[in-house]
This record gives sequence, C-alpha cells and structure tokens, in this order.
Amino acid sequence: MADRTNEAAIRVMRLDKTFGDRKALDQVSIEVRPGEMVALIGASGSGKSTLLRHVAGLTRGDRGQGRVEVLGVCVQAEGRIAADIRRIRPQIGFVFQQFNLVGRLPVITNVLTGALGRMPAWRSLAGRFTLEERRAAVDALSRVGIAETAWQRASTLSGGQQQRAAIARTLVQGAGIILADEPIASLDPESSRRVMEILAAANAEDGTTVLVSLHQVDYAVRYCPRTVALRQGRVVYDGPSAALTPRFLRELYGAEASALIDGAAPRQAPVKPQMPLGPDRAAAVA
Amino acid sequence: MTVSTHAVPLSPPLRRSVLRLIGWGIVLGALAASWKGADMRPWALFQDAGNMAVFAADFFPPDFTEWRYYLGELLVTLQIAAWGTALAIVGAIPFGLLSAENIAPVWVRQPVRRLMDAFRAINEMVFAMLFVVAVGLGPFAGVLALFLHTTGILAKLFSEAVEAIDPRPVEGIRATGAGPLEEIVYGVIPQVLPLWISYSLYRFESNVRSATVVGMVGAGGIGVVLWEIIRGFYFAQTSAVMIMIIVTVTVIDLVSARLRRLFI
Ligand SMILES: Nc1ncnc2c1ncn2[C@@H]1O[C@H](COP(=O)(O)OP(=O)(O)OP(=O)(O)O)[C@@H](O)[C@H]1O
Ligand SMILES: [Mg+2]
Repeated sequence: MADRTNEAAIRVMRLDKTFGDRKALDQVSIEVRPGEMVALIGASGSGKSTLLRHVAGLTRGDRGQGRVEVLGVCVQAEGRIAADIRRIRPQIGFVFQQFNLVGRLPVITNVLTGALGRMPAWRSLAGRFTLEERRAAVDALSRVGIAETAWQRASTLSGGQQQRAAIARTLVQGAGIILADEPIASLDPESSRRVMEILAAANAEDGTTVLVSLHQVDYAVRYCPRTVALRQGRVVYDGPSAALTPRFLRELYGAEASALIDGAAPRQAPVKPQMPLGPDRAAAVA
Repeated sequence: MTVSTHAVPLSPPLRRSVLRLIGWGIVLGALAASWKGADMRPWALFQDAGNMAVFAADFFPPDFTEWRYYLGELLVTLQIAAWGTALAIVGAIPFGLLSAENIAPVWVRQPVRRLMDAFRAINEMVFAMLFVVAVGLGPFAGVLALFLHTTGILAKLFSEAVEAIDPRPVEGIRATGAGPLEEIVYGVIPQVLPLWISYSLYRFESNVRSATVVGMVGAGGIGVVLWEIIRGFYFAQTSAVMIMIIVTVTVIDLVSARLRRLFI
C-alpha cells in the first residue's frame, strides 16, 4: 500500500506537453499528499486527460525538464517513460471516461485483470486466478454495488454500472492511488452521485489518494476538499474547492466559466464521509 | 450573407470522364493483347459440338459401384483439410499478431508480413508438389501444403482484425500494470476472437475444396482417385466422384456458414 512517509503520492514537476504546435500542458507542477482527494477541473480541451495520462505513464511529456513521480518512484522524466514503469503501475488505478472495459469478457474477468500486475506470467496467461483473487473481485463488486452482474458480459452493463466495474478493477488492483478521468461525464446524475461516493469511500476508508478530473465544479466542491484548476494547459488555481464561487470562476475562466458552473449535479447536502480539510481552508483564494 | 452564384454542374467534370475512358481502354487493350497468348478459340466449342455431346454423354449415368471407396477417400480429404487448417490457425496467431501495426514494431512487422506474402503467393498445388518430393506421396504432403498456404492467408486476415480493435480496453489493461502478453490475452484476443473463428471456418471450407485438388499431384485423398479415373477415361465414375464432392462441399459450406453466423 501507499507508504505514509513525507513522500508525496503524486508529484508533477514543470511538465510540458506539445501536440503539433499546441501546448496541451504548460509547465504544470502539482503535488498531492497521500490520502488526499483532489479534483482537477477545467473546460474541454484544458488538458485534464492529458495530465492524468502523464501521471499514469500512458503518455510521454516533451523533452526537457518535466518529471512525474508517484509514491517517490519516477514514472517519467525528461520525456522518457521509466524503464521499470510496470513496477509502479499496479499502485496506480486508472478510471477512464469511456470505462475501457473489455466488452466481451464477463464483468468479473474485467475486474480480475486488476490483479494481472501482481501475478506470475504463467498464471495470468493461462487465466488461472486463485480463489482469493476471485473472492477479492467479488468483494470489490459488492463494494461498488453490482455483485449480481459478475458473470454478465461487460458490454451489457449500463454506463454507470460499467464505471463502477472499472472502479472495482482498481480496488482489486489494490492501487494506493486512483486517477479518474471524468468518470461521471457520460453518466446521469444518480449514477454520477454513486460513482463519486464510491471514490470518496475508497478515499475515506482505505486512505486511497484520489485525483479526479471533472468538468462540473459543483461535484468538485461536494466531494473534494481541494481543487486544481487548469486553463489552456496551465494551472490557474490550486486550493480549497470551497473558494470556487461562480464569481471567482468567472475571474479564472472568463466566458468559459459557464460550462463549468452549469453542471447537472443534484444540489443536496454532501453525503460523503467528511474528510478533514487542510489547514489552508481558511486561507481561501489566492 | 453572400449568396453563392456557382451553379452545380449536372455532369461530372471532364477530367473524370476522360480518366474513366482511359481506364476502360487499358482493360480492353490488355484483354485484346492476351487473346493470342491464351489461345482463345471460342468457335472450337461450336465446331466440335458433336464431339462435346458424345464426351458429355460418357458421364451418364454416374457409376456409383465403388462408393464406399470414394467415401473413404473423401473422408481422408476432409481430414487433410482439418489438419491443414488447424495447424494454420496455430501458426497464424503469432504471425498475425506480429504483422499487426498496433502490436509489433516495424522491424518485426515488415519481415513477418513479407514471409506471409510469400506463403500466400505460392499456390497450395505448388507446395503440394514440393512436399510430395520432400515427405513422399500421401495425405501428409497435402496437410503441409494447406498448412503453409493457409497460414499466409489467415495471418493476414487475423492481423487486419487486430488492427481494427478498439484500443481503449487494451489501455485499460495496460494501466493495471499488466505486461504486453497479458494485454494481448485479455485486451486484444477477446475483441478479435469472433472474427478469427469466422475466418478460420471460412478457410476450412475453402481448404476442403483445395484438398480435393492437391490430391491430384499425389497428396492423398479423393483427388488421387479423381486423377486416376480421369486419366483412365472412366467418365461415369468421374461424374459419380464429382457429384459426391459437390454434395460434401455444399454441406460443409452450409454448416460452416451457419456456425460463422453464430460467432459474428
Ligand atoms: N493525442 C492527441 N493528439 C493531438 N492533440 C491532442 C491529443 N490529446 C489531446 N490533444 C489536445 O490537447 C489538448 C488537451 O486535451 P485533453 O484531452 O487533455 O483535454 P481535457 O481537459 O481532457 O478535455 P475534455 O474535457 O474535452 O476531455 C486539446 O487541445 C486536445 O485537442
Ligand atoms: Mg478529457
């Protein structure tokens, strides 16, 4: 599990990424402490997915000084993915906007793939999962509330159920860190709420560090004590979510702000187990 | 708003018509130039119509007296096709994956693709003749011939299926820390399996047809029988064998088409 020394869970240092002549990430630096639940917000095209993919080592940054570390282990540096990336990947659970399940496999097999990184190759290639691994998969499915779908093909699940299966996969993975890329963007409000609550529970109960990108600020405010805001590849705000009033958002984003504010999130009192907020809560707003 | 005054032309641009005309000219020219080489004598069919009628009459009625023997050899033919296809599937899985753009780097992909091109380019009859020399007369030569040629074909079909997969589930597997082989087993194969099965069944159908032919160069099965009775001018028996082949191939095509529909 995540080691709880003074090591940062996620550390991104001066990361640049250019696609063609477009800067998708511009000198991005962020640090997430173990056990935090942090929202990453920004309008469409602001670089949220790109940043998360860099943290997971799925995409390479530009040559230069950029560097990404997870739990003190280098994921990539100066535009090169670490050679031993597979050693750290089991610690990083990735939840994709499009779920990225294998539609033709049963849900439980999809969830079991979370264990692949820790299995000896002969066992994983032969598909021989141990009884404990299967039990862990069923437990994970129960936790996200879809145990009854275990033997259904993943493609037959609803979007919200698929996303919960994808989270179950990261639970089986035993990842100390969950990166979730707009996990609720294609879901209805009720499913969105459930998915966010599952992430919040993993954070509160297991101490899993969560970095979740959202493009609706109200979800960030409800579930994440801290928010990092991106605009055109640059970090324009990093602080308490509570400070993100519509007025402040308009200051940050100008006309783009409306897309972030007019979210479809249900306006109820937060249901998530409350995490203590950082001491910097009072010192809102830069 | 500016109003466009460009009228849309009602006939295709001149350039396209000219190109089309040139295309047809080339096709017809090539056919005309090939007339002599192909020894085209359509009138021979009519001049010798009398002979043809006599020849055709020799085929009737079909002589089924030796049907047990034919049936046995037909079974051997099916067995040749089954083994040739099975070995080819086993070979086509690695070669197909290694010639897919999204799996193998270019320095692996290109040589493998060229090797598969060679397997495809050489007809199974040619392979059969070579293997008859190498391993002797008989069905095994036929199996090897079908194996090599079909590996070339299936590897190409398999790799095209792999290149058309959705990359996102594979990335989902990769993100868990799985290795490249695990990505293939859990991310790629489940996506391509229905197509692979369908292609394999389809090749089994064609291999049943091919297996009757490779027999004619001595590679076992009903083809050997066919070759012998044709050479001996036993046309009534020839027509019996041909009818049995047609029935077998048709039944297999129908069953296999049914099965394939199940998997798509
Ligand atoms: N593979 C790629 N090739 C070229 N450009 C890309 C690629 N991926 C992202 N970009 C560009 O990088 C920028 C940031 O994209 P990114 O997907 O990270 O934004 P996002 O914040 O996740 O947006 P959304 O809310 O729409 O998902 C965009 O301008 C996008 O067009
Ligand atoms: Mg995105």
